[in-house]
Amino acid sequence: MDVLDLARIQFGVTTVYHFLFVPVTIGLSLVVAILQTMWRTTGKSAYLRATKFWGKLFLINIAMGVVTGIVQEFQFGMNWSAYSRFVGDVFGAPLAFEALVAFFLESTFIGVWIFGWDRLRPGLHLACIWLVAFGTMASAYFILAANAFMQNPVGYQLNETAGRAELTDFGAVLGNPVVLAAFPHTVFAAWLTAGTVVVAVSGYHFMHRRDLDVHRPAMRLGVLTTLVGGLGLILSGDSLGKVMTATQPMKMAAAEALYQTTSGAPFSVLTVGSLDGRHGTPIIEIPGLLSFLATGSFSGRVQGINDLDAQYVDRFGPGDYVPYIPLTYWSFRAMIGFGLLAMAMAVVVWWCTRRGRLPEHRLFWPVVMWTAVTPFLANSSGWIFTEMGRQPWVVFSLYQTSEAVSPRVGAATVTASLIGFTLVYLVLAVVALKLFFKFAKAGPPGEELAMSTSSPSDDPDKPMAFAY
Amino acid sequence: MELTTIWFIAIAVLFTGYFILEGFDFGVGMLLPVLGREERERRAMINTIGPVWDGNEVWVITAGGAMFAAFPHWYASLFSGFYLLFFLILLGLIVRGVGFEYRGKGDTERWRRGWDLCLIIGSAVPAFLWGAVVANLVRGVPLDPNHDYTGSVWGLLNGYALLGGLTTLLLFATHGAYFLHLRTTGDLSARARRTGLRLGAATAAPALAFLVWTQAAHGNAASLVLIAVAVLALLAGLALDYRGRGGWAFAATALTIAAASAALFCALWPDVLPSTGDPANGLTAQNAAATDKTLGIMTWAAAVFLPLILLYQGWTYWVFRQRVAVERIPVA
Repeated sequence: MDVLDLARIQFGVTTVYHFLFVPVTIGLSLVVAILQTMWRTTGKSAYLRATKFWGKLFLINIAMGVVTGIVQEFQFGMNWSAYSRFVGDVFGAPLAFEALVAFFLESTFIGVWIFGWDRLRPGLHLACIWLVAFGTMASAYFILAANAFMQNPVGYQLNETAGRAELTDFGAVLGNPVVLAAFPHTVFAAWLTAGTVVVAVSGYHFMHRRDLDVHRPAMRLGVLTTLVGGLGLILSGDSLGKVMTATQPMKMAAAEALYQTTSGAPFSVLTVGSLDGRHGTPIIEIPGLLSFLATGSFSGRVQGINDLDAQYVDRFGPGDYVPYIPLTYWSFRAMIGFGLLAMAMAVVVWWCTRRGRLPEHRLFWPVVMWTAVTPFLANSSGWIFTEMGRQPWVVFSLYQTSEAVSPRVGAATVTASLIGFTLVYLVLAVVALKLFFKFAKAGPPGEELAMSTSSPSDDPDKPMAFAY
Repeated sequence: MELTTIWFIAIAVLFTGYFILEGFDFGVGMLLPVLGREERERRAMINTIGPVWDGNEVWVITAGGAMFAAFPHWYASLFSGFYLLFFLILLGLIVRGVGFEYRGKGDTERWRRGWDLCLIIGSAVPAFLWGAVVANLVRGVPLDPNHDYTGSVWGLLNGYALLGGLTTLLLFATHGAYFLHLRTTGDLSARARRTGLRLGAATAAPALAFLVWTQAAHGNAASLVLIAVAVLALLAGLALDYRGRGGWAFAATALTIAAASAALFCALWPDVLPSTGDPANGLTAQNAAATDKTLGIMTWAAAVFLPLILLYQGWTYWVFRQRVAVERIPVA
């Protein structure tokens, strides 16, 4: 394998891994903020216990998100120095803004929230978790704005002498139509993910009929978060699809393996055989749906891969401008399918637990718990589709992935770091999951403990409300 | 002032802030096996930095992001050239960050010893390597006409860089000891004071050698003044710690780090990554910079947000100003 392949694998591994934790962080910070607000406004201790319980699970997750995030920022320079030189003038600014505006906020106030239970007035302490929740979303916006430039470069001009893209309009970069659609899509995905996790963990306690006064409100909130997220995903996904068709028509064609330009193009749910445009046999097909996703009309015209490839050869010179179709085709379906499964599970749970009902079937809750993996699979598939569907470009129509890699970094170096990160990440995944399950099963703290560690205290001898 | 100058200073300030703040975090981590005789003492030590370490770490993330935006070539050459050093720094920061959060969440002795090891190594390795990184920056490295590093990782482990690494390792350990002297109580605080004295004395020789070498090989008038301040502050810290003035001793090592870091950036200016071969291959604040358009926008953002960040981060130190007494650590 050459350096390019190794660097791409490393980016894929570290990014997909990082994004296992990101949506949980975005979604759970909001869930915890809402639970704590419910406690503050009603004074019910069950809400406080739920806040503490979910707060702990949130922290187990955010620690992983934070440490794997630093790798993301550094590896552009380490593995993709040519890319960094080419786009730094445009791409660096949103990253710097993310750190200045969002990440400082998030990281500082999470520390205050964790340790501040007995040090701050309750209202101020509550404000901290809301600042964290706001910070995670602001973070997502800036990072997605940077990514949107790779999908649909705007607000720049090419400086041929300097050999780089230079910023002309920062407003255009931050208002890129791709980020305007991708940001809600990502946040809704985060809500779907966190909501599903809340439902699954609460389901475990429903199964054991334990602490239902604490878990029932959390369950309701989880179902609501999942459904709002799911509906939002459908709507934002629809607008993102149309933006994608307008800005990267090849990606839309690759999502369906549509080789010939077609009006009223169908959407195949499943296909058997190869996807090279000759031997594939769709087994379930919905007429006109692809045209609708791409253009908003069931009879709209969708450009095929062959036509687009020919256009790109004319425009950019000889080369292969087709992404790897089996991957784009199946990852697109996996994203939608797993996302819908998570939504369906939330609907079923809502129906089966309505007005205090408790499902009796032995397999009900285990199935619900296993469904919690689906949003993670959907998120990973979505990113794999977005990034692989852009190939061979790293910045669409402007800069190819093969030019982007660090020219002087050797294969042995990248191999070493790839192996190093992968091993450490694997061990940490096992540890994080183990801890998450341990505390998920342990349930919320008792009422007395929860109350005694939640009020400001000036007593210099009283034990700290929280300590590592 | 030119925008490139402003941003060179801004990057220097961000890294300096990082070294001062995460310096004592690293120090506390490294001193775990030295000062933490039993479990509750180790927990008390970790909890002195518990609420703030994450916010401190954002300084380097901001420094990296700002470097990417303001000096794309500097960012590209530095991170790809010093690849393995950054790889090891990253691994250290990963296991250390997770260690803070996870260590107290297990019940077995083995679990805690494992995370202790992560905290110690994850503090010591970056503490050493940041010194080596900055030393190599000032010293310069072989670069090709595209400004890419042409040497191997062994080229980065030269005598000057190793001395720089040893200096930051010991200096951060001292800084951490003074911090613990200030932030803990009783016997733990007293032992932190004594260890701080020994460490401070041990730091003096390599720090002096490194800074004098820096001045002789790369220095100018400004760096000379700053180096003098750094050395005096280090000695003052020793005297203050000896007199039991933990807070002032800590302020003194903060000043040592600030002055030494500023001296190194002064010695670097107007280069950002000099070439040891053909000087034309080197990177300067001019040829590494982004456009004035980008720098202008970034200047506004930094002018608005940096003061705000200093304000709310300062406030968190005020909130958690109470010393961490071993007796107040709740039973897990």
